[in-house]
Amino acid sequence: MNRFFFRFALIAVWAGILFLTAGAVGAQQTLMMATTTSTDNTGLLDSLIPEFTKDTGIELKWTATGTGKALKLGENCDVDVLLVHAPAAEKKYVADGFGINRRQVMYNDFVLIGPAADPAGIKGKTVRGALEAIRAGQQIFVSRGDNSGTHKQELALWQAAEGPVPEKEPWYVQTGQGMLTTINVAAERSGYTMTDRGTYIKYEATLNGNPPLKILVEGDDILLNQYSVITVNPTRCPTVKADLAETFSRWMIGERAQNLIGDFKLLGKQLFTPNAAK
Amino acid sequence: MDYILEGILQAVALLASGNAETLSAVAATLKVSSVSMAASLVIGLPLGFWLGYHRFPGKRAVRTVVDTLLSLPTVLVGLIVYALISQRGPLGEMGLLFTLPGIALGQAILAIPVVVALTATAVESMDRQLSVTLRSLGADRRQLLLSTLWETRFGILAAAVTAYGRVMTEVGISMMVGGNIKWHTRTMTTAIALETNKGMFAMGVALGLVLLAIAFAVNISVSFLRRRAR
Repeated sequence: MNRFFFRFALIAVWAGILFLTAGAVGAQQTLMMATTTSTDNTGLLDSLIPEFTKDTGIELKWTATGTGKALKLGENCDVDVLLVHAPAAEKKYVADGFGINRRQVMYNDFVLIGPAADPAGIKGKTVRGALEAIRAGQQIFVSRGDNSGTHKQELALWQAAEGPVPEKEPWYVQTGQGMLTTINVAAERSGYTMTDRGTYIKYEATLNGNPPLKILVEGDDILLNQYSVITVNPTRCPTVKADLAETFSRWMIGERAQNLIGDFKLLGKQLFTPNAAK
Repeated sequence: MDYILEGILQAVALLASGNAETLSAVAATLKVSSVSMAASLVIGLPLGFWLGYHRFPGKRAVRTVVDTLLSLPTVLVGLIVYALISQRGPLGEMGLLFTLPGIALGQAILAIPVVVALTATAVESMDRQLSVTLRSLGADRRQLLLSTLWETRFGILAAAVTAYGRVMTEVGISMMVGGNIKWHTRTMTTAIALETNKGMFAMGVALGLVLLAIAFAVNISVSFLRRRAR
């Protein structure tokens, strides 16, 4: 009998210790950020954020989702600051009073990738010509389908190609998942997809520089991908640490962070171009 | 196929070198599943015992409900707990979102039906003759209760281990409520999901093997305790 109760006591003591340590962690100055899979999966934040903590003493935690969900987390007052890329949705977000102080931080660009054999023959075409060729050839096209910034951009491209979004076509595959998962699905199905260049370089690096999917269309103006930082509106959300968020926002557009972003490389290639307003 | 072999090698390397990220995920998993298991035992054991010990009208209906809750989808629990502890939700002020206690809350909800159902079954399957014998020997209610508890200790232990397995391996709640935050709420399962998302299959396999090793260690120690107890 005693041994049984001893075990119970042990568990109770454990639980007590764990809750105490959890409380101690919460007492520090921490900032909660929602961001997109592209900044996290590429490893940019892993190299950038420790520098931010070193400079300011603020601990930054981030959760990586699509831009759609990141904006929603801000709307629900569950995070303090956002680092996202969907300019049209962001402007509406700020206009609707959910966010303040939207500042441009950096950009990368989107590319269309597909199998090296290129069955639809899109290589070197404009975005519009490429999408028309994919549609005409009924070639597999893999979409994020998750309301992320990348997904929104892809939908805008279909609209710019003056056709309906091929929502229910059998060759249009919607994964509902992150960018690298979507690229992997496209590789498995020998299909085409649109990705940000940063995630593609990361994908290239994991496969030792020899991936089955190659960049086929790039450099079109419509493919620019702008990242911005937005503070969640403290008048709507009293719990938001607006002062810490402002510190982060200013740090991101400062010279040091901008240089770090420009210097961040994978396979010797620059992933993001800093472009904060001076 | 290479990545499976590569994963096994990486798993050994990760553990042997004391990789900080892996250890942090292991610690988060152990912490959160221990807390949620303890909470589910504290709440579930008395309920399960009561359910198995007493006979009352509608008991079969209650058992059916509990058995149905055994297959609670983790994403549904994750969604409900998120809605509850979001700043806009009723428990928002407690600041549980994106914390380990928040995940533990969800996991406890997941594990309570497991503990209730298995405890009730253990108590029910106990020899009915026991209580008759004990009463004929002049045992009072308290003694009756304690001896019943003692007789069902292995069933209760099995309930605890099953609950532990259920919470340690779930990913839906940890991802939705915890947010997979590095160094904080990144557990083994969300780390595996992330590595797979990133196309790092070998790393995912490695973490999976570590998780399996922990489950193995837990079961080994339980069977050791059982043997000692006999």
